[in-house]
Amino acid sequence: MLRNRFGKVVAGAAAGAMLLAAAACGGGDTTEGAPSAAPGTDAPAASKVKVGLAYDIGGRGDQSFNDSAAAGLDKAVAELGVEINELEAGNGEAESAKEERLRLLASGGFNPVIAVGFAYSQSVAKVAAEFPDTKFAIVDDEANKLPNVSNLVFAEEQGSFLVGAAAALKSTKGDIGFVGGVEVPLIKKFQAGFEAGAKAVKPDIKIQAKYLTQPPDFSGFGDPAKGKTAAEGMFDAGADVVYQAAGGSGAGVFEAAKAAGGMAIGVDSDQAKTADPTVADVIITSMLKKVDVAVFDFIKSYTTNSVVAGSKVYDLKAGGVDYSTTGGKVDDIKAQLDEYKAKISSGEITVPKE
Amino acid sequence: MTTSSFTDRLLGRVKPSAWVPLTAPLVAILFAALITSIVLVITGNPVLDTLVTMVEYGSQPRSLAQIVNYATTYYLSAIAVAIGFRMNLFNIGVDGQYRLAGLVAAAVGGTITLPAPFLPIVIILVAMIVGAAWAGIAGVLKATRGVSEVISTIMLNTIATGIGAYLLLEVWGVRQGNDIGTKPIPAAGQVPGLGLIPDTPLKVYGLFILAVAVGIGFHVLLNKMRFGFDLRATGQSEPAAVASGVNVKRMIVYAMLISGAMAGLIGMPQLLGESYTYNLNFQAGLGFTGIAIALLGRNNPVGIVFAALLWAFLDVSANILDLHKVSPEIVTIMQGVIVLSVVVAYELAHRYRVNAEQRRVSRELAGAASITQKEGAAA
Repeated sequence: MLRNRFGKVVAGAAAGAMLLAAAACGGGDTTEGAPSAAPGTDAPAASKVKVGLAYDIGGRGDQSFNDSAAAGLDKAVAELGVEINELEAGNGEAESAKEERLRLLASGGFNPVIAVGFAYSQSVAKVAAEFPDTKFAIVDDEANKLPNVSNLVFAEEQGSFLVGAAAALKSTKGDIGFVGGVEVPLIKKFQAGFEAGAKAVKPDIKIQAKYLTQPPDFSGFGDPAKGKTAAEGMFDAGADVVYQAAGGSGAGVFEAAKAAGGMAIGVDSDQAKTADPTVADVIITSMLKKVDVAVFDFIKSYTTNSVVAGSKVYDLKAGGVDYSTTGGKVDDIKAQLDEYKAKISSGEITVPKE
Repeated sequence: MTTSSFTDRLLGRVKPSAWVPLTAPLVAILFAALITSIVLVITGNPVLDTLVTMVEYGSQPRSLAQIVNYATTYYLSAIAVAIGFRMNLFNIGVDGQYRLAGLVAAAVGGTITLPAPFLPIVIILVAMIVGAAWAGIAGVLKATRGVSEVISTIMLNTIATGIGAYLLLEVWGVRQGNDIGTKPIPAAGQVPGLGLIPDTPLKVYGLFILAVAVGIGFHVLLNKMRFGFDLRATGQSEPAAVASGVNVKRMIVYAMLISGAMAGLIGMPQLLGESYTYNLNFQAGLGFTGIAIALLGRNNPVGIVFAALLWAFLDVSANILDLHKVSPEIVTIMQGVIVLSVVVAYELAHRYRVNAEQRRVSRELAGAASITQKEGAAA
């Protein structure tokens, strides 16, 4: 659990006034890295950009939602040469802790600041109003609109429709499952799309659905053991394909699929690549929610001074959601899936959101 | 004193001698700092810098206001737990009680219309009633059927989550983007903040005053009233309480009702002072934090003040650690070690004292015996 990225850290953190103060008092360890982090006057524009990013529960390393955002951030570091700092939400923290996290980034000179997850909705609204000169982006929320906030939202139900269709096409037993992390409106969108997609293929298909936890308990997004138990129950009850929209808990779903000899569908990232290699072969496809693209695009637009405030919808048509083909397990049904894809993009099929 | 059990001492039902309450926590905190330092060294983080950064950040005006706010909530939670502890009741269900209470109170607050001073009072009363009723179930089960309150309150926590999720998602919830929450409480129901801490725009929750009142009330109830005496007596020795005419079963129900009513207050400072709605961001898990803080504060209303402030300081200053790439989990380790070492430190201090006492007595007895022998020889 303990992350040790001290080397990278010194550079990033020394930028914040806090650490400079601490270094002055504490001496020794940090001063070594401080000079290199001092803002250079003749550096190219992009290298001066300091991106602050706040993750949702689970943070970098959840192999799913947050990792997708992290991938976008890493790409921005590699291609745009920006400096970054990442903070992470804790389970059961106060609303004010989220707010403070964003404020620390904004007041530490980070601009733009990206909040990953709708849980930051209120916090972004408050902090963005306090820092009108800082550009903010929030993923998964368009409830609060401000002139310096970009709302990056996704059509999760459309991508879920495709993997729902894939599940129905791949299932030999006519029995599939959906494991949701926490029973919240956002995850219900995944379920609605998944069920609609499956039923479009096979109207009488049996769909089992289970949520790991209910609000205000958000541990369902970070508890593989819960995911494993739920998926085991579904495989035992006759399912042969299970789709998980459960963040970090999804790793348990894959384990259960491996043990039961079943199939699993990943979410957010291309999980056949990001999941533990020992279970990666059970993942037939993943519903790609390209948070990485959204994050990278936003940072890029900042570096070119072309940030657009307000909602930006990443749907199927815009390539914001999709299904993955890593491993070649859905190659045989690709034609059918692409047909659905075309129909959704053209508006011929409207996918329900709940 | 020497006959008191470990549990009695753990739950603060026995008063330790004069110097123990001050020394033991200090030793424990130093010990926790040592353990944390070792963890920091192992994980390759600079020890001194990390601790200095925490203290510097934690002592800024804005952080101080936050600490008071966190502590207000923690204090109410710990008091709710402590009431049960004092009577040997382990109310593990504070968590479910305050969540359900917060939800119902928020829904009522967003629905009814009342002028300013009455609306918050009604909301708070609703929260207390719901909390008390939920805890009362466990109390009645224990009094009438002998069901362990530990088991029943844990189960009630889960049921509260289920009912709460149903009420929020299906009945009272209003969608706001991907969030869902009860209708916002109108301005008349909001409790304005207090500008207690200078040099920061962040205000302290208005219901800070409520926490202070609850603390005083807890002290008066426990030490100045017949009910409090009965409560403590039942906690220390049930047979003795029965012998002196205490209706233990009734006391169980009363204690759970009061504990639950206090639990109902936990969500109020945030609800009426900051969020004005029960939404997906409503803070969960405070009931369990309360258990740790009650143990740390020895279930004493003053002790809990310090425990809550310390806990809040650690939580607030954890925010800055992430920015410096030190894992904030370090703070969780620190909190765990502090609670554990306080318990151990108190126990060690107690045993040392008992041993010293025994040595003194045996010395005196030996002295007395030798004198008697001499006298005998002389005779």
